[in-house]
Amino acid sequence: MLGSIDILDADHSAAVAPRDTTCDAKGQSAARTRRVTEKTREDSAEWVERIVRIRDNKDEAAFVEVFGHFAPRVKAFLMRSGADAALAEECVQEVLATVWNKAALFDPSRASVATWIFTIARNKKIDALRKQRRPEPEDLPWGPESEPDQAEIIGLQQESEKLGAAIAALPEKQRDLIQKAYFGDLSHSEIAEQTGLPLGTIKSRIRLALDRLRHAMDQR
Amino acid sequence: MTTMKITHHLTDDLILGYSAGTLTEAVNLIVASHISLCDECRAAVESYDAVGGAVIETADTVAVSDDCLDGALALIRKSPATGATSEKKRRNDPVLPAPLLDYVGGSLDDVKWRSVGMGVKQAILKTSPEATARLLFIPAGTAIPDHGHNGMELTLVLKGAFQDEDGRFARGDIEIASEDMHHTPIADLSEDCICLAVTDAPLQFRGLLPRLVQPFVKI
Ligand SMILES: [Zn+2]
Repeated sequence: MLGSIDILDADHSAAVAPRDTTCDAKGQSAARTRRVTEKTREDSAEWVERIVRIRDNKDEAAFVEVFGHFAPRVKAFLMRSGADAALAEECVQEVLATVWNKAALFDPSRASVATWIFTIARNKKIDALRKQRRPEPEDLPWGPESEPDQAEIIGLQQESEKLGAAIAALPEKQRDLIQKAYFGDLSHSEIAEQTGLPLGTIKSRIRLALDRLRHAMDQR
Repeated sequence: MTTMKITHHLTDDLILGYSAGTLTEAVNLIVASHISLCDECRAAVESYDAVGGAVIETADTVAVSDDCLDGALALIRKSPATGATSEKKRRNDPVLPAPLLDYVGGSLDDVKWRSVGMGVKQAILKTSPEATARLLFIPAGTAIPDHGHNGMELTLVLKGAFQDEDGRFARGDIEIASEDMHHTPIADLSEDCICLAVTDAPLQFRGLLPRLVQPFVKI
């Protein structure tokens, strides 16, 4: 892999720099990154708590909060995948209603709330935009644990926050290509056409970006 | 079930495509089937899903209209009160993983095999038309003579094993053959081989397969 290459460039180090770092040329990026890091740090656990309230108490206030945060994100995802505004909103409603109906199936020791909602929206995209079934893998033989371990939940949620910070800290071109890969329903060659970049560059850029993310996740 | 050693895995491209939802239905099906047998690729998909979650969290937003929330609330109020218990229990089969059982509509016994000659049988599964998924039954010791591919061909072994220029493929292994690849897969002598094969150039392949398949015992 790319282990021998120093992929911790200045921009990236900013993500893990302490709060009181003097602002230099990278200061603006660092400030933005810190904001994302700090924000997601509180958010991640809060979103889990809201899903639990939906699951246990059918708490509509918690649902309204989840909707307020995620509906505009899901709408952006669906529109960038080719839905028009009306269809995207219809799907947003169905995605969020699924969050309500399937709250009991959310496992915070395996995914962040954002990841869980991403998979629901991704499946809705295939179903509504492409009119196809989504084959889902077989459940793990040991099945979901009834009450996941608290330490596992905290660990997984912290990793998700790190991943978010790492994506925010990516150089813009890499972040843009990763977004295109997930949002734009683009093949590598279509991305090549859009950006005018040769195919090999794009593939290695996406790989590099993912390696950076893995690297960020390992820096615990 | 004993633990098996899977040596041929999905590519990063396929894992990313599965996570992002950009693959065709037939390719999604073979990816989901491999993941059902392979913890390593399952973990990889989950980390790509995590990237998707982080991307959705960090990317731009598009404001929803004022009555969008009311519509969602109306949806949840009229949906029947359900819990996790309403999730349908999926069946089990020693050969076909759950995603394939869904497509076959039962167990291995329910596969509607059609002979394509020389003991080889196939069953085409109903997916969207951009790519074709078929179950293949290859009798022990039978070879599918050297053939090229019009597009991509993915082959997942479900029972038995086969061998070709790229190595030996047993249960859970997936072979990813590109356009320029030529190979001569031969089923092991000890056991009939059942595979899921996905091709993205279905028309040419459909016509060619019956003519290509011949009995051929290497040893
Ligand atoms: Zn694998």
